[in-house]
Amino acid sequence: MRFTLNGREVSFEGSGARRLLDVLREDLGATGTKEGCGEGECGACSVLIDGEVVDSCLVAVGQVEGREVTTVEGLADGRRLTALQQAFIEHGAAQCGICTPGMLLAAHVLLEQSRRLTADDVREGLAGNLCRCTGYTKIIDAVLSCTK
Amino acid sequence: MSSPPPPPLAPAVGRSVPRREGVDKVTGRARYTDDIVAPGAWYGRTIRSTVPRGRIRSITLDPAFDWERVVVVTADDIPGENVVHLIRDDQPVLAPKGGEIRHREEPILLLAAADRGTLEEAARHVRIEFETLPPVYALEEATEVFSTVEILKGEVVEDLKDVEDVEVVERTFKVGLQEQLYIEPQGAIAIPEANGTIKIIGSLQCPYYVHRALKRALKLTDQQAVVIQAETGGGFGGKEEYPSIVAVHAALLARKAGRPVRLMYDRHEDLAATTKRHPGVITHRTAVKNDGTLVSQDIEIVLDGGAYCTLTPVVLSRAAIHAAGAYSCPNVRIRARAVATNTPPNGAFRGFGAPQSLFAAELMVEHVAERLGMSSVDLRRKWMLRLGDTTATGQVLTESVGSELVLDAALKAVPTVRPSDRPTVRQGRGLSLVFHGSGFTGSGEKKLQGTIAFEALADGTFRILTASTEIGQGTKTIFCQLAADALGVGLEKIILAPQDTSLVPDSGPTVASRTAMIVGRLVQEAAAEVKERLQREQAPLRVEKSYIQPDSIHWDETTYRGDAYPVYAWACTIADVEVDMTTGEVRVTDLVTAVDCGKALHPVMAEGQIEGGCLQAVGWATIEEIKMKDGGYQNDRLATYLIPTALDAPRIRTILVENPYSRGPFGAKGIGELPMDGPAPAIIAAIHDATGVWLDEIPATPEKVLAACASR
Amino acid sequence: MVHARTLRPEPEALLDLWSLNELKGVRRTGDMLEIAAAEPYTGIIASPDVQQHLPALAAAARTIGAAQIQNRGTLGGNLANASPAGDTLPVLLAYDAVVVTDRRSIAVDTFFTGYRKTALQSDELITAVRFPLGRQVAFRKVGTRAAQAISKVVMAVSRTPEGVRIAIGSVAEVPLRARGAEAALERNDVEGAIAAVADDIRPIDDVRSTAVYRRAVTQGVLRELLESVRT
Repeated sequence: MRFTLNGREVSFEGSGARRLLDVLREDLGATGTKEGCGEGECGACSVLIDGEVVDSCLVAVGQVEGREVTTVEGLADGRRLTALQQAFIEHGAAQCGICTPGMLLAAHVLLEQSRRLTADDVREGLAGNLCRCTGYTKIIDAVLSCTK
Repeated sequence: MSSPPPPPLAPAVGRSVPRREGVDKVTGRARYTDDIVAPGAWYGRTIRSTVPRGRIRSITLDPAFDWERVVVVTADDIPGENVVHLIRDDQPVLAPKGGEIRHREEPILLLAAADRGTLEEAARHVRIEFETLPPVYALEEATEVFSTVEILKGEVVEDLKDVEDVEVVERTFKVGLQEQLYIEPQGAIAIPEANGTIKIIGSLQCPYYVHRALKRALKLTDQQAVVIQAETGGGFGGKEEYPSIVAVHAALLARKAGRPVRLMYDRHEDLAATTKRHPGVITHRTAVKNDGTLVSQDIEIVLDGGAYCTLTPVVLSRAAIHAAGAYSCPNVRIRARAVATNTPPNGAFRGFGAPQSLFAAELMVEHVAERLGMSSVDLRRKWMLRLGDTTATGQVLTESVGSELVLDAALKAVPTVRPSDRPTVRQGRGLSLVFHGSGFTGSGEKKLQGTIAFEALADGTFRILTASTEIGQGTKTIFCQLAADALGVGLEKIILAPQDTSLVPDSGPTVASRTAMIVGRLVQEAAAEVKERLQREQAPLRVEKSYIQPDSIHWDETTYRGDAYPVYAWACTIADVEVDMTTGEVRVTDLVTAVDCGKALHPVMAEGQIEGGCLQAVGWATIEEIKMKDGGYQNDRLATYLIPTALDAPRIRTILVENPYSRGPFGAKGIGELPMDGPAPAIIAAIHDATGVWLDEIPATPEKVLAACASR
Repeated sequence: MVHARTLRPEPEALLDLWSLNELKGVRRTGDMLEIAAAEPYTGIIASPDVQQHLPALAAAARTIGAAQIQNRGTLGGNLANASPAGDTLPVLLAYDAVVVTDRRSIAVDTFFTGYRKTALQSDELITAVRFPLGRQVAFRKVGTRAAQAISKVVMAVSRTPEGVRIAIGSVAEVPLRARGAEAALERNDVEGAIAAVADDIRPIDDVRSTAVYRRAVTQGVLRELLESVRT
């Protein structure tokens, strides 16, 4: 089967029932997407499918046939970080960093949907991404700083 | 014509410079243990006890499965000692046949196979039969005592009933288990190499703890055991001692398989089997005069250590030393003990005993204030430790006492509460004042003699060699800042050696709020020494610096008297809550916390530590509940062990108060654990302010809050 | 997906319905609104028709998980899974929804036959859920935290001249209609309804909560929702 990963077409042979998370990490070398719980509770495995944020531990790879998958590796343009990634560094939104890939993708979608976000909008939009290090405060600051 | 001199370098310390490994973390390039490819590696798995107490009667490998495809390791395969090296030597690496099983999830057998499917199938074909023994769960029934501590100051009179002008307030508090819930579960890769070497790459806080454990169980020399910390997705103490078990297990499998083995825990196993915060019961009897003068504090602490000792004596020690709270009292008696139960062993978790005992101490202030009809803030001002005062262990606080500074700063910063538009919601506010000793207790740092190395390289860069790990708290960034400023060079000139035991000396574990203050100071001193030597010598140069305890620090381990910590940091926390009277749900809407950190080496990172620690404490106080069933945790998945999401988290406002400590680098004190101490009692006080109801136990779940309100 | 990995023997194949356009969409047909079985909750929440005619459904969908779950979760999935804690299921009961399959229509209050059991035949496929329009429904979910929480009590209440619906989840082995409370309310006996609901439900103690709490909260939330719902 074929799908697009970060703008590149990739092909995969094997059981379509395998988790998208495992195919990304093990077969396609895209280890930026992390496993935190394997049951759709923590969001560390978040990826975008056709621009929508989903938990890749809950998606069978067969379900992304012909679709566009975006992972954290697809955000920056080579060495050029996105404004959101820069903001994460500047505001201290990444501490241990394990939740950061998923958090960036969920925040990326929020910012694509609207540039007029309140702190409450950001909290709701990121409610599916658990962070244990930051208390979320600086993550919210970083996302809001990109809404100007 | 000479060119103008370059402008002076802006100091790095005190500026929120970009995180050293920040770009890797935001691009997905950072490599955590499970991201690392180990060619030819097999997958490993631990087979665990399903009974809380008993003996193994038999282990059967069902012949219906082809065991040639799998490597099996039992206690018989341990070449060294079957002991998890820590404090007491009571915990086996693997339960031996005939030995006693002391807790559910106790490791018995290890399996490795080429793929996860085979591994799962093999696991289903292992049958272990147990002879069960009656388990002990209740603290009152525990017969094994891991540790006791007694702290005495002045004289506590037991019978004050008939003394005029004295009120005695007595209350008992309970604190619950808590899981560290680092978002990256535990894991290690073991790689056997030439000459009997076993290399461990793992998610861990203390490379040398793992190193010692490996040497002992696998009978390796210093050189044969190599431990490398990979990028680690959170620790909070949960990866202080537990990774030794993961690493030794992986190493045993790799040794027998003759190939690398990856042993990664999934979230369920991590929740079910790894260490938790010690739960316990704390009783206070406080005597006060009617004008609020503190007469005596009589405190009893019982902590549940679980089945094996692990770090329990040190947790108990810290709990006891902080038990009287941030207050000056002439007569104090603290009697603390930690006992064994047939539950999974408890271990290190940020705060390490102090959050538990400070929870009780802070609520006692509230109860005494209520009895006397005084404001609890006024009572704190009366009682608080100030410069020159003496603690419960007889330590005279000679510098950097931030108690009143943080109290005033927090009070000034509280938000105006917006009244709720829901008629069933009541709002309330509560406050706490806490302190936390930075660095190891007593003679800990002296015994440890943490050592770093610092090099000036021929290419003009400088390299820091330390075993202190980055786990999100900013170790790498802060060490570079300290070195850069000590040398007077740009940050880009400073590099760090990997946290690899074959490359770096032992700077001690990354725990106890010691990394910036103790190890950072060594980095600063080493860099200053190299700068001085470079005036006379040429690179390459290498300097080693070890911790030397100042002569002024005196601690008596046997009487528990003296300077328990080099210095304390202070925090005042004010919590605003909304309580839904229909459902008992408690929402913490705002948290303001003023923290006396000595010096904020990196303000954004300091705030980040405080905000994160505060939210962990909010979770501990409200929704992080673990229910036990037959000695095991019922909350063993992320769907049932709940931590706050972004939607649950309060707005947190942090005020950094700089009150320098003369021996900290640039005046900095350790603050990694302090944020864990304040929020829980402040929230309980806020719930009382909102509802009139006092809870004595956390987590203050909606079930408990509703029941307490109903019975009022 | 989580459940699929635990099935023994392992299934020979998984059939992916996600990409079938016939199972997506929100359609207004006369005085009914039809939501296709695999329409994700995000689409349901965003649908102007749902917002206008079935606002309690949008409200319930917003309490499910978080963005990631709402982008993949569906009514068809939740109905077939038949968890007694399903957040939207009481709302379907309160709206008198009809489950449309490939071969028949099933009124939702006969759909749940036991703990995680439905009236579906083993090869029957849910294709849509149909809602008559015009009912006002009030909704509240009580969970342990604000997002990503399995409900402890989840309730939808409707009170119209056509009748009363009090639907509650997480308080029995199925999402149920509180018939005793409904009967009292038909007689305009609000206090009677609140008292009766305690006997309509069969809550248990479990890892999340206790029977005592669920009972007390059911009564308290019913009182709140009755005050907020308009006749």
